[in-house]
Amino acid sequence: MVKNGFLEKIKTGLMKTRNLLNTNLEDLFAGKKELDKKLFDELEELLIMADMGPQFTRDLISDVRDRLNRKELQDAGQIKKIMHDRMSAILRQVDKPLNIPQGQPFVIMAVGVNGSGKTTTIGKLANSLRKEGHEVMLVAADTFRAAAIEQLEVWGERVGAPVIKQKMNADPAAVVFDAMGKIKSGYCGVVIVDTAGRLHTRVNLMEELKKIKRVMGKEMAGTPHETLLVLDATTGQNAVIQAKMFKEEIGATGIVLTKLDGTSKGGVVVRIAGELSLPVRYIGVGEGLDDLRVFDGNDFVSALLD
Amino acid sequence: MFENLSEKLEGIFKKLKGRGILNEESVNVALKEIRIALLEADVNFKVVKDFIEDVRIKAVGREVLDSITPGQQVVKIVHDQLVKLMGGVNTNIKFGARIPAPLMLVGLQGCGKTTTAVKLARLLSREKKVYLVSADVYRPAAMEQLAVLGRQINAGVFAAGNLKNPVEICVQAVEEAKREGCEVVIIDTAGRLHIDEALMDELKNIKAGVNPAEILYVADAMTGQDAVNVGSKFNDLIGIDGIIMTKMDGDARGGAALSLQAVVGKPIKFVGIGEKVDALEVFHPERMASRILGMGDILSLVEKAQANVDEKESLQLQKKIRKNEFSLEDFRNQLTQMRKMGSLKDVLGMIPGLNKVKALKNVEPDDKELIKITAIIDSMTKKERLNYLCIDGRRRKRIALGSGTSVQDVNKLLKNYVDIRKMMKKFSNKGGIRSLMRNFPF
Repeated sequence: MVKNGFLEKIKTGLMKTRNLLNTNLEDLFAGKKELDKKLFDELEELLIMADMGPQFTRDLISDVRDRLNRKELQDAGQIKKIMHDRMSAILRQVDKPLNIPQGQPFVIMAVGVNGSGKTTTIGKLANSLRKEGHEVMLVAADTFRAAAIEQLEVWGERVGAPVIKQKMNADPAAVVFDAMGKIKSGYCGVVIVDTAGRLHTRVNLMEELKKIKRVMGKEMAGTPHETLLVLDATTGQNAVIQAKMFKEEIGATGIVLTKLDGTSKGGVVVRIAGELSLPVRYIGVGEGLDDLRVFDGNDFVSALLD
Repeated sequence: MFENLSEKLEGIFKKLKGRGILNEESVNVALKEIRIALLEADVNFKVVKDFIEDVRIKAVGREVLDSITPGQQVVKIVHDQLVKLMGGVNTNIKFGARIPAPLMLVGLQGCGKTTTAVKLARLLSREKKVYLVSADVYRPAAMEQLAVLGRQINAGVFAAGNLKNPVEICVQAVEEAKREGCEVVIIDTAGRLHIDEALMDELKNIKAGVNPAEILYVADAMTGQDAVNVGSKFNDLIGIDGIIMTKMDGDARGGAALSLQAVVGKPIKFVGIGEKVDALEVFHPERMASRILGMGDILSLVEKAQANVDEKESLQLQKKIRKNEFSLEDFRNQLTQMRKMGSLKDVLGMIPGLNKVKALKNVEPDDKELIKITAIIDSMTKKERLNYLCIDGRRRKRIALGSGTSVQDVNKLLKNYVDIRKMMKKFSNKGGIRSLMRNFPF
């Protein structure tokens, strides 16, 4: 996956978002010469509507207010720069693309709440990895949801990746055990494990994930190399709790932000980045094979604000 | 991390209650906190704005300042306003005169349409013969998913065969349902973005093709600020009759879906509370408001208990409690009944006041623990079960061996039993449930 042209590609996906935020911001910054209460109110509305969350919004605005009081700001145009700088500084810290080595086993486990887009993301990820010349194997460890295995198989066919599977309601850890066996007998590609969606509040289901991880680690130390939390960009502030739980309980090491082709801003990811310093690896901008992009923090903010 | 809205509001109300008389300033302080709590709960920015203004106007009036317990008054105003925001009425599905009556489920990808379709079918099948059809020709294995789930609940599912056109599939499914004598056809449509014109046109065509009795919009309770935009767009383009909120069993407060109702102006009819096919409930705005305010969901609890507990049995039990004759055998029966009601945590969460107990916060009541307790009691003789006082050291050892536990486990159980017995006695002396009710904010 290339980072070049990222802005170009994400533009389509973020068009609505960008236009909305942009229009309003331009109104704010160009139309009004005075920095008054009304302006701050509008700024607050913009940030909150982008799912940045009330606390983060308040911090950002009080920062602007402080600078104003210290007479650091002369006109409204500078607010934009402050906002951009603050947000991209946070996102820069988590701008760590996933490096997958060629020619050696690399295990990725996808986790997340129901309906966040795990299986679709796996299909797209498998496709781009195949294009980069990786061997890819998919593991159907979602044995709970009806037809989840079939769904993954369709993706496997599309991208040319074999699927390790058992029957519905089988022990997911057993499916993963089978896959680890392939690695032990010499498989040297990327293994992507699809797990059942689960709310982070379901203790027993979170335990099940831990068990899957334990089985992996036992079979091959250091696996999974990456635990990807698949997060729906339309999610509100609950995404922070989700990320926290999946990080602390399961040891998530990266985020894929999906469904950015809608009108949701995905602003909560800035908050997650700031509070949990969990790297955002990819973003999803559609259901097509090629609709997965490497995340770029600076571009992300630019796409939101410019 | 942040607290739940209800916990936050409770903290604020405690402060309010502490003061004798409310002035404008303290109302404003409280409202500022309520505002942040609501935004944190993903209630739409504009809805919050209106809500706060409404409460302010009502709270800073004479009504509150002259009242004897101003804090309680504010709680009531906030509560009433929340109920109003959420529709205030309980609404059923209107099937119309046509048979079969088609119901269409629409919404974004991943909001839970397919699961909801099956849950709804199961719920309606108590009174009507229900047929299912998937119009999702896009997502891999979507039709297969509905077919598998449909089999689970013994509902007919339309087999699309070689059909590739969603409109054709739906029209033929309705025909087929008619032939099979079904009264309701639930149409599961593909997830789509509200800004995808081609797919939104497809929905219009399905609507025109089958003329559904109702179109239900399925919304994920975890959705953020954009929920209102998406819902409005679906309503503008397709026209929706009601909302089903899914994934309510998580810890999201569902603020966005609530504001959906306020902005789109359509009632929430059902809520999804789990992954199993029976995890769909009718929506009750009153209960929901109480839940948001941390008052617990006592009505749901009562209803659940009524459905599962034999009334005669429970009368006998009350008698026993009053006479202090609550035996270990009764204790075991109670635990079994509790397990019938659902997971212990769900039950505890519904009891007002219990969600306030900080110590309970990190306790995940373990169903395994219950099995252990049952095993211990099962290993006792009848005599021991009826009179716990006779259980001496030797008997404890025997019971531990018999149940595969340790003497410590047996001791722990007996101590808990004695405590619970005392507690129950206390409750029944003070008028049972009414003493529980005192934990309400008002």
